Amino acid sequence: MKIAWKEYQKDIADDNYFYARSCIRQNFFPGSEAAFLNILRQDLGRDVYEDPRHTSCTGIGYHSDIVPLETIMTVVARQFSLMTEAGYENFVPSCITSFGIYSEALELWHDFPELEEKAHEYLYKATGREFKKPKNLAHTSDVIYHHREEIAAKAKRKLVNVETGRPLRGVEHIGCHYAKIFPKAGVGGSEFPYVLAGMIEAWGGEVVDYPERRHCCGFGFRNYLVMANRGYSIANSKQKFESMAPYKPDFIVANCPGCAMFLDKWQYAISEMEGTFYGPDRQGIPVLTYEELAGLVLGYDPWDLGMQMHQVAVEPLLDKLGVEYDPSAKYLGKDGKFIGKPEECAIGSYTKNIL
Amino acid sequence: MGKYFDMLQEDVRVKEGLAACMNCGICTGVCPAAAYYDYDPRQIVNTVQTKDDAAIEKLLRSDTIWYCGECMSCRPRCPRGNTPGYIIQALRSLSQRLGFFVDSEKGRQQLALKRTIGQNIMRTGYCIRPDLVDPDLHPEQGPVWRWIHDNDKDVFERFGQNYCKPGVGACRKIDDRSMEEIHRIFEVTGGTKFFENIEECSDKKAHEMGYAQGADDTYFMDVLTVNSGTHSEK
Repeated sequence: MKIAWKEYQKDIADDNYFYARSCIRQNFFPGSEAAFLNILRQDLGRDVYEDPRHTSCTGIGYHSDIVPLETIMTVVARQFSLMTEAGYENFVPSCITSFGIYSEALELWHDFPELEEKAHEYLYKATGREFKKPKNLAHTSDVIYHHREEIAAKAKRKLVNVETGRPLRGVEHIGCHYAKIFPKAGVGGSEFPYVLAGMIEAWGGEVVDYPERRHCCGFGFRNYLVMANRGYSIANSKQKFESMAPYKPDFIVANCPGCAMFLDKWQYAISEMEGTFYGPDRQGIPVLTYEELAGLVLGYDPWDLGMQMHQVAVEPLLDKLGVEYDPSAKYLGKDGKFIGKPEECAIGSYTKNIL
Repeated sequence: MGKYFDMLQEDVRVKEGLAACMNCGICTGVCPAAAYYDYDPRQIVNTVQTKDDAAIEKLLRSDTIWYCGECMSCRPRCPRGNTPGYIIQALRSLSQRLGFFVDSEKGRQQLALKRTIGQNIMRTGYCIRPDLVDPDLHPEQGPVWRWIHDNDKDVFERFGQNYCKPGVGACRKIDDRSMEEIHRIFEVTGGTKFFENIEECSDKKAHEMGYAQGADDTYFMDVLTVNSGTHSEK
């Protein structure tokens, strides 16, 4: 079973990417989007193009059932039109919801060619634009996965505990819309997803298997966005935390920016509501994006990666990795500007144990 | 018999998502909403495939169809290749087109979604932007988010120069021409009309419910925040 993921492979373009940002990732993890571009362009020498005219795919609106199918398909068509205009064929969205949306449009257009025709008509009527479909659609994590060995070759450090020499244990969470809607679109499919596990293994860590590994983070769109419904969201995250905690993970890495945010923020909420902490010594389990994980492996500064924007303190992981960081620089703005600090709370605080 | 089923059949997601369901219940077994709410996607799929107008109308006016989180965990599991989540999307779409959504507490929340996510898209081109995630409405985001929200320009400047400004980068301002194109797409494809219908049906319902000013900010805050606590009884 351990090699079952190998049956689900996908083509991932090697270079020349048209990049589409994510509402949630750019909102909560702008350092991760910056890191993706820096890693691809500077560390790996690849070409990534960003068109300032691209917008949200409106996927959160679609899955909140306020944006009709015809509308979102035409927004997707406009994004493809910008890619076509720029001369690119490899579309790379930075969001799992978007990745599901683009995959859904392409599949529906394949199964119902009249819908594709309609998308062309709507787009032309609304904007005068035309579009070609991408030759390759890959999520940004697919692209990092594709280059994982090259990143390993340039690594400044491994995912290993510097004090004990043991591999760090990572929980990977791929996000429902990466492979549950279109299993063939994800590395390893929906049952044996390998996109993040492949990164962890290539960089020297160990993947934690646990009962609720495939369970949703609990976003549930309207079940978080509407305040009255948030019990659904925190309850599902809690189900995952309780399932993973006995395996003592050193970190969680998430594919989807929403999942990364929820698994971070709901740990805070649970700690404040009932005093439960899922890590040792009243700490949480640090939750990373795969760009942050890759960035740390490549030797990026954690505050340049934006890890100060997490609510669960990340320092316990940084210390295990032997990352040098300046605690006093954590909440500074550009060029060392002091911009105040967040109020302290238990799960966001960390004092290094000095023996 | 079958009027509503025929209307549902016009939605490609029903064509994609519903062959004959054998009621095995694996969708319910794997469903995060079923774990939390008094909710059973198997029953919904079965009701739809009966084509019974009265039963489908009851669904369209109920809280039941609004419990699903659209995670689509049901999709890869169904041995018949059905997608209960797609059927839910079609039911929700039809419930709104027919104005039935205002007859349930969870359905009425569509106004809150339209006035937050919908409005964000039309104003900014994004579903969310940091200045629009109000810490008072998001206590779960914690003190770090409040610090980011209150110092957004300074925090974001560290990761690029174009926060809320033209150009490329995270949370940049999208140019007027592109915003016009998005507005035109919403008009041409029925998105604007869909929004207007949510507003009109909500306003009418608010008056019926005794909100003298209709679907005003008080009604909005009520649909956003009030939970009758009757949804998780097993």
